[in-house]
Amino acid sequence: MATSRKWYSPYVSPMDPCPPLSPVSYETPVQLYLGFQPRGMEQFSPFEALAHGTLWPGLYTPYTNPYLLKKRGIDTNG
Amino acid sequence: MWYYEKKLQYPVRVGICNPKMAKFLIEQYGGADGELAAALRYLNQRYTIPSRVMGLLNDIGTEEFAHLEMIATMVYKLTKDATPEQLKEAGLGEHYVDHGKSVYYHNAAGQKFDMPIQSKGDPIADLYEDIAAEEKARSTYQWIINISDDPLINDSLGFLREREIIHSQRFREAVELLKEEQNKKKVF
Repeated sequence: MATSRKWYSPYVSPMDPCPPLSPVSYETPVQLYLGFQPRGMEQFSPFEALAHGTLWPGLYTPYTNPYLLKKRGIDTNG
Repeated sequence: MWYYEKKLQYPVRVGICNPKMAKFLIEQYGGADGELAAALRYLNQRYTIPSRVMGLLNDIGTEEFAHLEMIATMVYKLTKDATPEQLKEAGLGEHYVDHGKSVYYHNAAGQKFDMPIQSKGDPIADLYEDIAAEEKARSTYQWIINISDDPLINDSLGFLREREIIHSQRFREAVELLKEEQNKKKVF
C-alpha cells in the first residue's frame, strides 16, 4: 500500500532570513496509484460512506494538517 | 433537467465565530478552481465528449453544485451575525460595502468570477484539465484546513476534499475508457 504523504528537505542556506520549516510534505492520495478501479472492492455501509465521503474504503485518503505534527515535535523538543 | 433535494449533501457545522474563515472559504465559492467553476466546466464540456463518459461529467457537474451550496452555507453562517466592524477586521469590508451580507462569486482576493472555465472540445485535453482541476481543488481544501482551527468546519472540508479525490479517480478512469485498451489483448 502506497503512503499518501511524502516528505522532502529543500536546501537550507546559512543566509536564510527565517528558521527552516523543513522537511516539507506533499500529498499523494490513492487515486495516483489505483488505475481503473477493480471489480468487487469492499464497501462502507451507507452511514459510514457519508461520514467518509466515499463508498470505498480503498479510496479513502484522510488529511490532517502536517504543520500540527511539526508543531508538536517542536513543542516536545523545546 | 434537475430534481432538487432540500438538504445539504453533508452537514455543515461551524463551531467558532471567525468571519476571517469566510474570506478564505470564498475562494472555493467563486475562485478559478472553486466549486462554481467546476460545475460550469463539467456541465459545459458534456456536449463535446464521447457519450460513454458524458454521464460522468453530468453527475460530477451536478454534485459540484451540492458542494457550492455547502460552501455558501459556511460563508453565510460565518458572516450573518458579524457587525460591519468585525467584517472590516476580517478583510471583508469591501465585500460588505459592495454586497452587504450577501454571499458573492469572487475569490479570496476579491476578484469577481470572470468565467475561468476551460473547455477545449478535445476529450483528452478536457479530461486532463478536469483531473488537474480536481487536484487543485483538493489542495485548496488542504490549505484551508491548515489555516483553520475549527474542527467542525474541518470535518465538512475533509468530506469535500475526499470527494475531489473520488472525482479525480473517476476522470482518470474516463481517460482509460477513451483510450479503449481496457481488457483488450494488445497485438502489435
